[in-house]
Amino acid sequence: MLCWKVKIMNLNFNSPLFEVIRDEKKCVKCKLCVDQCSNKVHLYDEKKDIFKVDDMKCVNCHRCAVLCPTKALVIKKYSLEYRENAMWTDSAIKEIYKQSQTGGVLLSSMGNPNPFPVYWDKMLLNASQVTNPSIDPLREPMETKVMIGRKPEKLEFDSKGKLTTKMPPQVELSVPVMFAAMSYGAISKNAHEALARAADDLGICYNTGEGGLNKDFYKYGKSTVVQVASGRFGVHKEYLNAGVAIEIKIGQGAKPGIGGHLPGRKVGEDVSYTRMIPVGSDAISPAPHHDIYSIEDLRQLIFSLKEVTRYEKPIFVKIAAVHNAAAIASGTVRAGADAIVVDGFRGGTGAAPTRVRDNVGIPIELALASIDQRLREEGIRNQVSLLVSGSVRNSADIVKAIALGADAVCIGAAALIALGCHMCRACVSGKCNWGIATQDPELVKRLDPEVMHKRLVNLVSAWNYEIQELLGGMGINAVDSLRGNRLMLRGIGLNEKELEILGIKYAGE
Amino acid sequence: MKTIDALGVYYRKLNDSIDSAIKTDKNITLSGVFGQRYIGRGLSKGVKIKIQGVPGNDMAAYMDGAEIEVFGNAQDAVGNTMNAGRIVIHGRCGDTLGYSMRGGEIYVEGNVGYRVGIHMKEYKDMKPVIVAGGKAGDFLGEYMAGGAIILLGLDLAEGEEIIGRFCGTGIHGGKIYINGNPDKYNFGKEVEKVSLRDEDIAFLKNHVDLYAKFFKKDLSHLKLEAFAKYAAVNKNPYSNAYCSN
Repeated sequence: MLCWKVKIMNLNFNSPLFEVIRDEKKCVKCKLCVDQCSNKVHLYDEKKDIFKVDDMKCVNCHRCAVLCPTKALVIKKYSLEYRENAMWTDSAIKEIYKQSQTGGVLLSSMGNPNPFPVYWDKMLLNASQVTNPSIDPLREPMETKVMIGRKPEKLEFDSKGKLTTKMPPQVELSVPVMFAAMSYGAISKNAHEALARAADDLGICYNTGEGGLNKDFYKYGKSTVVQVASGRFGVHKEYLNAGVAIEIKIGQGAKPGIGGHLPGRKVGEDVSYTRMIPVGSDAISPAPHHDIYSIEDLRQLIFSLKEVTRYEKPIFVKIAAVHNAAAIASGTVRAGADAIVVDGFRGGTGAAPTRVRDNVGIPIELALASIDQRLREEGIRNQVSLLVSGSVRNSADIVKAIALGADAVCIGAAALIALGCHMCRACVSGKCNWGIATQDPELVKRLDPEVMHKRLVNLVSAWNYEIQELLGGMGINAVDSLRGNRLMLRGIGLNEKELEILGIKYAGE
Repeated sequence: MKTIDALGVYYRKLNDSIDSAIKTDKNITLSGVFGQRYIGRGLSKGVKIKIQGVPGNDMAAYMDGAEIEVFGNAQDAVGNTMNAGRIVIHGRCGDTLGYSMRGGEIYVEGNVGYRVGIHMKEYKDMKPVIVAGGKAGDFLGEYMAGGAIILLGLDLAEGEEIIGRFCGTGIHGGKIYINGNPDKYNFGKEVEKVSLRDEDIAFLKNHVDLYAKFFKKDLSHLKLEAFAKYAAVNKNPYSNAYCSN
């Protein structure tokens, strides 16, 4: 009787999200699945010579299924469903079970997965026909290089045609792409190395995120953007001078208005070393920078960073796309930022409160259009470069972003997918079986930077060619000529207000 | 020792001239300083600067070993994200003193403003210390993750409070020593009073003696064993706040 009562008291209403199905006919009992699963889903019973499965622990990362030599494993959505209800969906019910059991704030990983409109897919690109003929990138020169940084009001030349205007510091990107800020701590050292080496090979930049910079990676300085966030982890003079630009992180698309928190269990020896905090200590990045309460204060921080780097590096300011993003961007330009990085509400994260991630902020496409418009109206668009992130999935998204007014984009999730991320969205567990979002040395080893950095190089190189093709099709031979050229875009399935904000015409107009 | 007249000089030019001056003489004096920002930013070990006047915000930001002595008051964010070095201020100091500092020492003769020592850290041998002779404003040591703050509360007037509200909110490392028995104040919920041990007394004595030396004061009457020590309840205060979704 007592035993029954205890069971009832410990009752946990959670049910598995996935079920693992093993085809016994195909299985050769190699036990690779047992070996590979950090979540301990697969167990092998020696005595009975059978495999057991704990579906509750499965996150659907595909590691076992992909590596299974006979493809004997399939992972499916758990088939037990609640009674159909458009209001009380599976996740609505399960989240209540979790919170009523733990009393905790729900924490999710990666970007907002909910079915909000994807404006990239509601915009179509133009192409030349007959007049203003298209350009073939296979035989014509195409310029995809962009310079990120503040541009002067005008250029002056001497009698020999040599530029006499002193240019503010610029970062040169061979392709209008950077790898988004992802900290060492959120992702592994090997993942960072793959990003750094790929950026170096490609002539673009990766971003340290707020995790400091490992000494081994200082050699990739010319391809590095170092970040300064509210926790100031690993920030010192040498670090600030190690990259080609400094990014002040004010906000992140996945969690606008709140800070970050790397739990002590993820702060091992190496993370401790780069963040410069004791092993096992929580790394808490407060919601605001405690020295920034106004645009003037932001200016103070921007110029303190310029001072300590002798005005040699552009200062980026990263903000989340929120309702007043255009006004905030305007203030940020006036505060002296050389580039603004705007992160949309679909932007990724290692961990963010679910409610914040899924309900706060606005789509990057709308934020980008309104910021570019506002800065143009105020006559200050030239003073700043505009980078956008948070849902850029392919080269067409990039071309559309540039036509809406961006100088370049940052990619986070797309880069991780190239490294083998299967979007299981369980980063927060720290048990990433692909060696990306983990600090477990055994798991980190699975990601070989030598192999993986080439995949990133392949991806961005392929996109670069696609960008050239799309540009050429429009009769344009340089990314710079497309920037803010919204006539190259038409809307489909959008209402008038959406068209107005995006500043584009409807298809057929 | 070289003297630079800073009166009316724009901060960028002033900091440039400090950079060029220290190439030949690492001991310099700045006279007529009046609100210029970022003095001493990022400067390394061996550089010694004496400042006459009132330096502006972010003095010694990212400083990496230099020593600065201010004969006057200082403004906000002194020692912002400082890595190493020493600052001695013969006067008062503004808000966010020592924000996120990771190493080095700051001595302030008088009172300090709000949010002092906020998010101070420590790493291995780097243990930053702030010693203030007077009182501090609200949110002293907020989000503190390491290092030590020592508040002497000297010469307080009758009824004058040594700290403000919410001291130690969000603290997850480091120590705060306050002269007297400040239990009546409204502390953050993440901080608790802990007993003073012999090594704390030795630590306090070391820094109080230095304070007395820098500001030429006789502090033999200070009862170090009467200091109250505060520290984090938990170095992982939010570990149970979440459930994975």
